[in-house]
Amino acid sequence: MVELSDDFMLEMQRRMLRIRAFDERASKMVKRGHIPGTVHTSIGQEAQVVGATMALGDQDYMTGNHRSHGHPIGKGSPLGPLMAELQGKGTGVCQGKGGSLHLADFNVGSLGESGIVGSSIPIAMGAALSSQVLGRDTVALAFFGDGAANQGVLYESMNMSGVWKLPVIFLCENNQYALSTPAHTVTSGVIADRAAGFGIPGVRVEDGQDVLAVYKAVSEAVARARAGEGPTLIEVVTYRYNEHSEGLRLGTDYRPADEREAWLKKDPLVMFREHLISLGHTEEEMDQLEADVIAEVDAAVEFSQNSPWPDPEVAFQDLYTDSEYAA
Amino acid sequence: MTVMSFLGAIGAAQKEAMDADERVIIIGEDVEANVYGTTGGGKSRAETGDFVQMYGRNRIRNTPISEEGIVGAAAGAAMTGLRPLVDLSYSSFLYMAMDQLVNQVAKNRYMFGGQASMPVVFRSAMFYGLNTGAHHSDRPYPMFMNVPGLKIMVPSTPSDAKGLLRTAIDMNDPVLSFEACILWGLKEEVQDEEFWIPFGVARTHREGTDVTIVAISSSVQESLAAAAELEAEGISVEVVDPRTLVPLDKDAILRSVAKTGRLVVVEPAHRTCGAAGEISAIVSEEIFDSLQAPIIRITAPDMQIPFSPALEKQMYPQKAQIIDAVRKVAGASKSTDRLVVAG
Repeated sequence: MVELSDDFMLEMQRRMLRIRAFDERASKMVKRGHIPGTVHTSIGQEAQVVGATMALGDQDYMTGNHRSHGHPIGKGSPLGPLMAELQGKGTGVCQGKGGSLHLADFNVGSLGESGIVGSSIPIAMGAALSSQVLGRDTVALAFFGDGAANQGVLYESMNMSGVWKLPVIFLCENNQYALSTPAHTVTSGVIADRAAGFGIPGVRVEDGQDVLAVYKAVSEAVARARAGEGPTLIEVVTYRYNEHSEGLRLGTDYRPADEREAWLKKDPLVMFREHLISLGHTEEEMDQLEADVIAEVDAAVEFSQNSPWPDPEVAFQDLYTDSEYAA
Repeated sequence: MTVMSFLGAIGAAQKEAMDADERVIIIGEDVEANVYGTTGGGKSRAETGDFVQMYGRNRIRNTPISEEGIVGAAAGAAMTGLRPLVDLSYSSFLYMAMDQLVNQVAKNRYMFGGQASMPVVFRSAMFYGLNTGAHHSDRPYPMFMNVPGLKIMVPSTPSDAKGLLRTAIDMNDPVLSFEACILWGLKEEVQDEEFWIPFGVARTHREGTDVTIVAISSSVQESLAAAAELEAEGISVEVVDPRTLVPLDKDAILRSVAKTGRLVVVEPAHRTCGAAGEISAIVSEEIFDSLQAPIIRITAPDMQIPFSPALEKQMYPQKAQIIDAVRKVAGASKSTDRLVVAG
């Protein structure tokens, strides 16, 4: 693998910090009623998100799921319009019509999240089909969880992509729980091994808390895709620190008490901070980076709070491209 | 002018669209072998005009039997620069892809605040009336009328099929085309020049003054046959074909009913929550005072479709039923009806 520059690794840490700070703020805001509906945080999964999104180029596409604030952030989307979308403001990235479950920022190749588990997987395949038919250099990546790994559409997509050698990466974020259901109780075999049945590479990243390990695996898949060698399935083992969705009062009985403690000791932000310090960065630099990111989130919240609600008319726009057929 | 069958006209529209825009691709099951006759000059690969020979496998995408994957791929491709023309074979196969059609195709542009556009066409054949049993005989267009974000065409003639399909392919919104198989062999002269028929513009097949029939898909031909017989009885029938159900040309329907004062709506779909019910409601809400008689719907009953020829034919609107209904509304008088209600 190409040696990563110092700036690039600092940017990795910055983006992981952004996701953490953004989601921690969103968690507080939804509990205080400052964000309507619900949010699903990526806290604990930042390395897996940033390792993947930073292995993609600016022009590359991706689709997400219900736990997807981190994906556009990881791909470089500005925080203000994302936070405004969570609050349902007119300046939101989807003008307040998507919300937490349907973020999309086409400016960074984010083709949208899906509230339906598994539903956005073939959308990424379609973006890869465009690349192939039009002779473009772009690849597409579908983020989905261990829950979606048991949806049939994933296998339809892996099969079609394999036959056509489409430049697409299927990235399973195995945080080990589909809401309350432990993955191993509903998943036969190993998810990554399923790729073999389609004649495509299947890669399991055991340490999904290591941003460099994820980056390496995804970069190799991206290189294969760009070279016309077709799709790759990557399973990244990770863990979400928070409840399935913020404000959900299930307790955590379905997760062994010591399990979360063990994963908290493998906090990807702490681990990568230590790695950067081992490379010669100072504690002060790392503290400053964290303070800068908190300030970015503060500014995003301020932008959102100061933004107007969308005009009621917005509810009746953008169903079709031609407004004459609107309701 | 060239005499074309309904299916031939669809094939001609597909060829024109493929020639006109390299972003148009055809994707679906068995499109390579031209099984349904719309992706080749003839029914055989050996004949000239084969789409694979003309456009190559990069643009003619023969798929596995994976409707959910096909529809999702087409949606993703449409959001990123292609204009897929998807052949979903039978209309009941759409159910295999309901999540993609309803949650992705119909919603993405809206949910994402207009960032996406979805220029994709899904063609499917309604195989009713051909003794294929319940799984292949559906007429599911009304349930998709209930999904905002989709546009729906239901052509009833070769020319309309060709012109509407060209418009659908050029449109930046998703279109579902429901094509009745019993019309496949219907032939007429179609103009040689390329043409586009706008959505939301009904076609009045026959002008009349006594009764309006709004007819959908294959019911148009049945209604025209009924109207010809009724003319001999001295009843003048106007036959209006909406051609597209979303958008619906309400004005044309209301204008016709305002003139005749009597309405029969005919369609091959089920009765409950059908297009006929919707059209009847619009007329009742908007020009109730123009009505000289209660509206009559002629539809398939709320029953599944049986296999046997002895059982199936009665399930769809037939000429005799249409004639009876027209006679009934033509004979009814507004004042009498009101008297009955008052009594």
